[in-house]
Amino acid sequence: MEAAKAVALQGDEAVAEAVRQCDVDVVAAYPITPQTIIVEKLAEFVATGRFSGEFITVESEHSALSACLGASATGARVFTATSSQGLAYMHEMLYNVSGMRLPIVMAVANRALSAPLVLNADHSDMMGSRDSGWIQVYAENVEEIYHRTIQLFRLSEDPRVMLPSAINFEGFILSHDKERVRPLEDGPIKRFLRRPTTKHRLDPKDPFTFGAIATPDTYYEFRMQQAEAMRNALVVFEETEKEFEAFSGRRYGAVDAYNTDGADRVAVVNGCTAGTMRVAARAMNAGGENVGVLAIKLYRPFPTEEVVSRLRKAKSVMTMDRSISLGAPSGPIAEDVKSALKGAGVNQPVMSLVYGIGGRDVTVEDGKRIFALAKDETSFGEDSVMYGVRS
Amino acid sequence: MYEQVKGLKELPMDEPLSPGHRLCPGCGASLVVRQVLLAAPKDTIVANATGCLEVSTALYPYSAWNRPWIHSAFENAPAVASGIEAGFKALTKRGEAEEHPIVVFGGDGGTYDIGLQALSGAIERGQRFLYVCYDNEAYMNTGIQRSGGTPMGAWTTTTQVGSAQAGKTGAKKDIMSIVVAHHVPYAATASISHWRDLMNKVRKALSKDGPTFMQVMAPCTRGWRFDSAKTIKMSKLAVETRFFPLYEVEDGVYKITIPVTSPKPIDEYLKAQGRYSHLFLQQNAAELETVKKGVEDNYKRLEKLSQLSSQVYGP
Amino acid sequence: MSRNELEEAAVVKGGTSSAYVVSGWRVKRPVINEAKCTNCLICWIYCPEPAIVRHEGAKVTIDYEHCKGCGICAAECPLTAISMVMEP
Repeated sequence: MEAAKAVALQGDEAVAEAVRQCDVDVVAAYPITPQTIIVEKLAEFVATGRFSGEFITVESEHSALSACLGASATGARVFTATSSQGLAYMHEMLYNVSGMRLPIVMAVANRALSAPLVLNADHSDMMGSRDSGWIQVYAENVEEIYHRTIQLFRLSEDPRVMLPSAINFEGFILSHDKERVRPLEDGPIKRFLRRPTTKHRLDPKDPFTFGAIATPDTYYEFRMQQAEAMRNALVVFEETEKEFEAFSGRRYGAVDAYNTDGADRVAVVNGCTAGTMRVAARAMNAGGENVGVLAIKLYRPFPTEEVVSRLRKAKSVMTMDRSISLGAPSGPIAEDVKSALKGAGVNQPVMSLVYGIGGRDVTVEDGKRIFALAKDETSFGEDSVMYGVRS
Repeated sequence: MYEQVKGLKELPMDEPLSPGHRLCPGCGASLVVRQVLLAAPKDTIVANATGCLEVSTALYPYSAWNRPWIHSAFENAPAVASGIEAGFKALTKRGEAEEHPIVVFGGDGGTYDIGLQALSGAIERGQRFLYVCYDNEAYMNTGIQRSGGTPMGAWTTTTQVGSAQAGKTGAKKDIMSIVVAHHVPYAATASISHWRDLMNKVRKALSKDGPTFMQVMAPCTRGWRFDSAKTIKMSKLAVETRFFPLYEVEDGVYKITIPVTSPKPIDEYLKAQGRYSHLFLQQNAAELETVKKGVEDNYKRLEKLSQLSSQVYGP
Repeated sequence: MSRNELEEAAVVKGGTSSAYVVSGWRVKRPVINEAKCTNCLICWIYCPEPAIVRHEGAKVTIDYEHCKGCGICAAECPLTAISMVMEP
C-alpha cells in the first residue's frame, strides 16, 4: 500500500525515487536538460548509500545506451534517461537494444529537437524514434510518472515481451514542476517486480553469441518476432496494471476516456495536455456542451481496439499532436488514429491539430478554443490546424 | 602476479575460436584473437566492435566463439564493455553471478576513428577490461578504405594512387600515445609473429586492476596485397625493420620488449606489399624518404622514452 | 528456416561454426611429413582457423574440412615438414 505521507516531487525526482525502489542494478546516463535532475538525484542516492547499484557516468548518450546494453546482457536490471538531442544521439542504439530484446527502461523528459535549439517540451524527440521497437508510455502528471516507471520494469521483463520501454513526460512542465506524489513502500514494489530472468545471458558456463549478423533469409523473421512481442505487450500491459492496482490501488489504463461515448467532439491527446483538455471539457460540459477527451497513455504498441471502441460513438474527433511530422499529411497521433478508425470502418470527421511546439504553452482557455475550432467545418480540411502559431 | 607463458605445449588444447568462420585464408585478425584468448583465462567475456572479425565469426546461425560474446555497433565496444563490467559487479554483490575478465576486440577503424570517444571514456572511468586493437591499417571489412591507422603512403580505395596523389598523405595516428596519455596501468604493442611476447603481455594486462590496451598488428593479405602464406613473415618483418616496434608502457614507464639493434632495411617490408609498390616510382622518392625517416624517428623516440620515462615515473 | 526455428533475437550457441565446411575454399592443401614433424606446435599457433588439431600423446593433424589452404603452416614450419599440394 502507499506510504503514509504525500510528498512534493518534481517529475525527474519521482523517476529517481522509483529507480531507487526498483532494485535497479546498473544506471548509465549522460546529463541533458531537462533530464539532469534524474541523474543528479541518483548520484545523490549513490553517495548517501541509498542506491546500491552501479552508476556509470558515461561520456555520451550513445555510450549510455551501449553500456546499458552490455549490462542488460549480463542479466542485470538496467535504467537510463535522456531527452531530445540525447535521444537522437542514441537513436542507432534504440534499434539495437530492441532488436536484441533487452528489457531496458528509459525515462525521456520530452524536449523539442534542434535546430533551432530550444530547451522546452514537445514530442518531436520520441516521435522521431517511435518505430524503434520500444514500448512507449506517456504520463500526464508526476504521480503517474512515478507509477509507470515501476510498472515498465515489470512489463519489459515479462518473457512474452522482452522489449525495452520508455516513460515519456514533457520537459520542464512535468520534469521540473513539483506535484503531489504518494510514494509506495519498498516491499510491495520488490514483490511486484521479482528479479529479471533472461533466457540467455553472458555466462562462461554456457557461452552464447549476442548480436550476430543475419541475412535477407532470416532478418524479416527476426523483425516479426519483435512485432509479435509488441502485440503481446498489449495483453501484458493490462495484466501488469491489474497486478499494480492490487497493491497500489491505482490504475491508469492504456487510454483514459472522459465522456467519449456520444460526445459531439472528442479530443485525442497524449501527455500533460490531456489534463488541461479535461479541465476545459468539464467546464464546457457544465455549460451545456457535450465534449470528451481521450488521453492516449500507451502509445506503442498502439491500443487500436480500445481507441476505436472509445471513439466509435463520437460525432467528430480532434487529434492533437505536440510534434510536426514535416511533409506528412498530419502528425503521428493523427496518422495512427485515422488509420485505426478507417481500418475499423469508422468514418466520422477527424480534424488534426498541432499545438505546443517548442514548449509553447497550452492553457485551459486554449483548450476551450481548441474545442470551439472543432465546431467549424473548415477545420476539418486536408491540412492540420496549427494552433497557437503566430501568422 | 601472473603466470609467464614459456612454451606452446602448456597452452590449453580447447580452442577459444572454432574453425568454419568466414575470415579470409591467412587472416591476421583471427590469429590475434586465437593468441590473445589462448593466453587469457577460460571465463573471459568478449565484446566486439563491428568489422571483419565480428561479421565473419558470427553469421547466424553460426558462431565461431567459444566464449560469451557480444556485438552491437561499430563505435561502442568499450561502452558495452563498461556496461558488462558494471552488470557483473552489481550481480556479484547480490550473489547472483561472478566477475570475469573482459576483453574487447576492435579493428583500427573502430579504435582510432569512430570508437575513439568510447575508448577514451571507458579508460577515463578506470573500468577493468583489456582492449585489443587488431590493426590491419584500414577499414578492411567494407573494402579497404583508409582509417586513422593507415600509414603514410599506403594505397587504399579512398587514398588512391595516380598523378595527383600517391596513397595516404597523413601519418598513422599514434594510438599508443593517446592511450598512454590517459595514464593507463598498462599498454603495449604486440605482433602475432612474436607469440610469447604477445601472450605474456596479455597476461600482464589482465593482472592489472584497471583499463589496459594492446595494439596488435594484423596483416591483411587482401588489403595489403601479399600472398596469404606470408602473414606471419609480414608481421615479423614489420618488427625487424622497426616499422612496428614491440614495446610496453607500464605506469608511464616505456620499455622496448623486443629490441631491434640491427634492423632490416625498410624497403624489404614495403616491397613485400602491393599497397606500397608505387613508392618505388621515381616521382614518389620524396614520399618514400619521409616514410623511412618516420620509422627511424619513431624507434629513436621510443628508445629515448625508455631511458627518460623511468626517471619521471620510476621507483 | 521457419520462424519458429529461429532463436529469439538471433542469439547463437557458441562454437557452432565448426558445422560449416570451408574445404571448398582451397586451391592447395597442406600435407604433413610425419617423419619430419616433431610436434613443436608452431603450425598450430600460426593457423588462423584453427585447422590444425592437437592430440594428447600424438602429433598434430590437419582438419581438412576447415583448412582454407592459406599456406602459413607450410611457410612457418621450422623443419619444412609441411608441403602445399595442389587439390585434385
